[in-house]
Amino acid sequence: MKVFEVFRQEKKGQPFAHAGSVVAPDAAFAEAWAREQYGRRGESEALWLVPRDAVHEVSEWADEFDLKYRRVDGYSIKARLAEARERAGTAAP
Amino acid sequence: MNARAQQLLELADDELIVGWRDSEWTGIAPTLEEDVAFSSIAQNEIGHARALYELAAAELGTDADALAFDRAPDEYRCAPLVELHLMEWAHTIARRYLYEEADRVRIEALKSSDDAELAGLAAKIDREEVYHRMHAELWAARLHDEPRFRAAVEELWPYALGVVPAELREELARRVGLDVVEAKERGEHTPELAELWNEMTEVRRSVPGAEW
Amino acid sequence: MDARTEEFLAYVQGGGQVEAGDWMPDEYRSKLIKFIEMHGNSELMGVLPEREWILKAPTLQRKLALTAKVQDEVGHAQLIYRMAEDLGKSREAMLEDLITGKAKFHNVFHYPTKTWGDIGVIAWLVDAAAIISQKALLKCSYAPYARIMKKICWEESFHILHGRDVILAMMTGTDAQRELVQEALNRWWGPLLQFHGNPIAREEDPMFIWRIKSQGNEEARQQFLEGYVPQIWELGLSVPDPNLRRNDDGVWEYSEPDWAELKSVVTGHGPRSQDRLAFRKHFLDQEKWVRDAVLAA
Repeated sequence: MKVFEVFRQEKKGQPFAHAGSVVAPDAAFAEAWAREQYGRRGESEALWLVPRDAVHEVSEWADEFDLKYRRVDGYSIKARLAEARERAGTAAP
Repeated sequence: MNARAQQLLELADDELIVGWRDSEWTGIAPTLEEDVAFSSIAQNEIGHARALYELAAAELGTDADALAFDRAPDEYRCAPLVELHLMEWAHTIARRYLYEEADRVRIEALKSSDDAELAGLAAKIDREEVYHRMHAELWAARLHDEPRFRAAVEELWPYALGVVPAELREELARRVGLDVVEAKERGEHTPELAELWNEMTEVRRSVPGAEW
Repeated sequence: MDARTEEFLAYVQGGGQVEAGDWMPDEYRSKLIKFIEMHGNSELMGVLPEREWILKAPTLQRKLALTAKVQDEVGHAQLIYRMAEDLGKSREAMLEDLITGKAKFHNVFHYPTKTWGDIGVIAWLVDAAAIISQKALLKCSYAPYARIMKKICWEESFHILHGRDVILAMMTGTDAQRELVQEALNRWWGPLLQFHGNPIAREEDPMFIWRIKSQGNEEARQQFLEGYVPQIWELGLSVPDPNLRRNDDGVWEYSEPDWAELKSVVTGHGPRSQDRLAFRKHFLDQEKWVRDAVLAA
């Protein structure tokens, strides 16, 4: 018996999210069983079934140097914007 | 009762009783995952029965529940195959598999019926049956070489033939890969049906005419 | 308690979430597995009292609804057991422990169901009591549990409505039907009040300490009474407890539940404990060949 991870899409256009897992001897049984466990109420647009050993988890990250230059929170333009407006005479009264 | 009502009741009674039998497995199937899937099949069959009873009820001036529950056991028109009490997995799956094959053959015929209403319902049922067949075929393939399954199929084969009218039996035999033998015909009920009926109608009979 | 464990405890008490692959103290892991097992066992054993009535359902609609409800309980058992499996305990071991009585299941599933009235009361009130605990589990520190509870709570919402519908059909029906409901309620009230467990202070409840549970037993019971006694009374039904009343400060008072009965029942001495376990064992044994020979890869 193998564990098959089940990802489900609730509505068209939405991402597939992990919903659980079924234990089955092969993909065909996994499908028959996941259909009912995750779709018997018509609640899923689609399912992806993936053998657990095909899922490769990545959860360790190097966090040594400042990476804020790649993100919005790495930028504070308030002070400079105010100065530029002053210069241009367009600052709010 | 006209021929149309009789035919509808035959189909409806088969679906009701096989659905009732299949629902007995809720909670005790070999694995939890199979339990959930098997229960869906049972519910689908009850749903098919309901739709068929509704057509018959319109014909007969009554309602679906009255047809499903308020007739006497010998008024039911189900085939002996669905009445058998089979609380063991090899037999249960053998019946599932054979019933689906028999049902497929008769639904094919019904889909091209002149009776537009019945043909339409048959097509609808067929679209849901696709998944029943997938399930039955998965199990039949897995159990193909299992002696208890083969023995169960042999044992139930005459009953399976009795589900379809005589003219469809060659086709059914071809699909299943067995020879046509003497069928266990519709018309004579097994003692199991009366027992089933007692249990099935116990609450309903306790307060006749009540709404539940 | 070593430093790493203390840190972990502070983490979960501060709302931190734990995943299957994270480090966790042995005590957390074992308490978690025990809790999960009892929940999964309860879903699975809860099937049996209701299953008999699927077969006796008096209309096609009720048969469909009850089959679907019981199917959901089996589905919940699958979701819950899968979690314990991912924590290292096999399904086979859990089922073995259930059958031998080493692992427990909730009190309510050790009692008989005698009439269709029981079916209404179970779906309406027993499920309601269970949902209160289940909603509290949405905040479980163990993240996989919190996640599956969303699906479980969503599915349970139809169960309560179905239960209420069954009850209302009988309460607006004949005198005989109304009597079925009252009689069932009289029998189920005691077990219902015991369901959330004895009023151990939550600070002393290990399940709360590790934030596996996020509410105390008495808190859950009060929520149940607050939500459901008014529903019971508005139908003209009586609760078989002359001391039941709501204080001015909103706290419900009631006769002390029989804690000895609760202990006796959950340790396998309930009226139906042994024959239900035997029933389950019968089918597990009978179908072992299917799992071993056929479903093994």
